[in-house]
Amino acid sequence: MNAQMHPQDGYTTADGRNIGPVLMEMRNITLRFGGVKAITDISFDIREGEIRAIIGPNGAGKSSMLNVISGFYVPQDGEVWYKGQKRPPMKPFQVARLGIARTFQNIALFEGMTVLDNVMTGRLNHMKSGLIAQAIWKGRAEAEEVANREVVEKVIDFLEIQAIRKTPVARLPYGLKKRVELARALAAEPSLLLLDEPMAGMNVEEKEDMSRFILDVNDEFGTTICLIEHDMGVVMDLSDRVVVMDYGKKIGDGTPDEVRSNQAVIDAYLGVAHD
Amino acid sequence: MLYREAGDFKTSYVADGQTFPIWFDRMRYYAVLAIAFGVIPFFVNDYYANAVLLPFLIYSIAAIGLNILVGYCGQVSLGTGAFMAVGAYAVYKLMTAFPEVNLFFHVLLAGGITAFVGVMFGLPSLRIKGFYLAVATLAAQFFLVWLFNRVPWFYNYSASGQISAPDRTVFGMLVSGPNAEAWAKYMFCLVFTVGVAFLARNLTRGMQGRQWMAIRDMDIAAEIIGVNPLRAKLMAFAVSSFFIGIAGALFFAVYLGAVEVGEVFGINKSFLVLFMIIIGGLGSIFGSFAGAAFLVLLPVLLKNVLVGGLGWPTDLAAHVEFMIVGLLIIVFLIAEPHGLAQLWRVAKEKLRLWPFPH
Ligand SMILES: Nc1ncnc2c1ncn2[C@@H]1O[C@H](COP(=O)(O)OP(=O)(O)OP(=O)(O)O)[C@@H](O)[C@H]1O
Ligand SMILES: [Mg+2]
Repeated sequence: MNAQMHPQDGYTTADGRNIGPVLMEMRNITLRFGGVKAITDISFDIREGEIRAIIGPNGAGKSSMLNVISGFYVPQDGEVWYKGQKRPPMKPFQVARLGIARTFQNIALFEGMTVLDNVMTGRLNHMKSGLIAQAIWKGRAEAEEVANREVVEKVIDFLEIQAIRKTPVARLPYGLKKRVELARALAAEPSLLLLDEPMAGMNVEEKEDMSRFILDVNDEFGTTICLIEHDMGVVMDLSDRVVVMDYGKKIGDGTPDEVRSNQAVIDAYLGVAHD
Repeated sequence: MLYREAGDFKTSYVADGQTFPIWFDRMRYYAVLAIAFGVIPFFVNDYYANAVLLPFLIYSIAAIGLNILVGYCGQVSLGTGAFMAVGAYAVYKLMTAFPEVNLFFHVLLAGGITAFVGVMFGLPSLRIKGFYLAVATLAAQFFLVWLFNRVPWFYNYSASGQISAPDRTVFGMLVSGPNAEAWAKYMFCLVFTVGVAFLARNLTRGMQGRQWMAIRDMDIAAEIIGVNPLRAKLMAFAVSSFFIGIAGALFFAVYLGAVEVGEVFGINKSFLVLFMIIIGGLGSIFGSFAGAAFLVLLPVLLKNVLVGGLGWPTDLAAHVEFMIVGLLIIVFLIAEPHGLAQLWRVAKEKLRLWPFPH
């Protein structure tokens, strides 16, 4: 696979998974904060069914890129293409309605709500009953609640958080919070899942669990995943293709093996110590 | 013994999501309803209706309304008094313009008008938060009271500048005006209180409630799951003001009968209802009732004990009341932001596991 590959073509991974056509494409994205250039003229695509990683040293602009995708930042330059169409500027809640879900580098859960309610919020875009129907509850709203609760329970089982279902999120340890945040994103049944450092701050065991969940999500539901990760070992194990960023520029793009042998990447990233 | 979850397994998500998941709680709730509808109306007299029952029922509605905005959606408001005034003046204009219409519908419509006004004053909430929003609602408070004082159309050009409720009926039953009987007024308010609690409970347990709480807890994360912040906040202002408008309409038409706006619906009223939900419990329907009951009963109790029993002068008893309320606000804000409702919940939690707490 290489840069000349046609957007409509797919490819087959080393472990035999079929990757589809381009789902999302970033074209020449440039993002500035005042004088700071967080992203400079970066292009890359994400294909259906693949696990795409973005790596780079601290401050490289990785989170900024996810924020562009999810509508928090509006780039000064460049285009975002999704499902073959150019996406107009959108608010984050509109992006969510396109089927793009995400987690944050710093956990962003609803601390005053239980795990179950947090995960249920992920179903928002699948629930249609209006204010009046909800106020009356019996009938439509209740049926919808139950149907969506079933989906949520599957996600809860999948991520093995049954035991903490009714626990207020504020009481959970860090590692579990990360998992609940993933559960909330999964509950949306997204077509594109963005994960900003899903394993940051975890111990080895928690990292292994999380890696397994990410692989299983991709495998069982065919969910396209774009993740940011610092741990090179994890990235190489998980991802099908990797974008490497440094100081807001793209310095590498390809399979883990290709990226590993790219001299610019070695110089800028792999060669230097990072946390 | 009875207070147990054990053996009471939930076999469906409907059962798991119900308001009172424990059998004993459910029975107690039905018992309260049965007494409220089937027993109290036969015993209520003017004193109990006016000193305790009517203010409790009406403040409960207002507290539920404010709790939706502040406790569930996290938008601070100091405009409750003014929004109650909107409900009061709306129902007054409707009562006098369409005397033949059932008062029940007038009260509902007054709530609807208040909802509209609430949304107008809620618009700034997209841009401003916390303290600044509180100040903006304070502006609404003063502006609306000034408006009702200054524009004679609102009080039908009466010489006193006051509004007073004429006799009006509901399905042939007189519920407003000086000739209405205590039990009729009580039943009329009770129907609204139960209805409002039912609607509020359903809204807060479903997706709308989760959207509000999401906005309250972390607005950025709320957006990422698809909550339109402006819509969710305005919805909270609308629902909240609808209930507060109903409370204001009942407060004027059924409870007081005559109102001077600055006195009855001033900033003090805003603080009173806010204190109710702080003491009762932010983000809790039960807490709204608890807070309303507490602040309605406290002065009655103090008056009976201190003035009636110990012979203290009335103004001294009033000062003691201020001090107690002030102290409680501080205690609850610091030690238990979820108020009486949380204390109640903790007590039940203990009872549920008793006698084996681990
Ligand atoms: N809202 C903002 N306002 C101003 N500057 C910002 C903002 N967000 C990011 N930046 C700047 O943009 C650059 C890229 O930041 P970003 O958070 O995208 O890096 P990152 O690759 O995610 O780093 P890390 O690995 O530490 O998470 C940094 O220099 C940062 O200071
Ligand atoms: Mg980052």
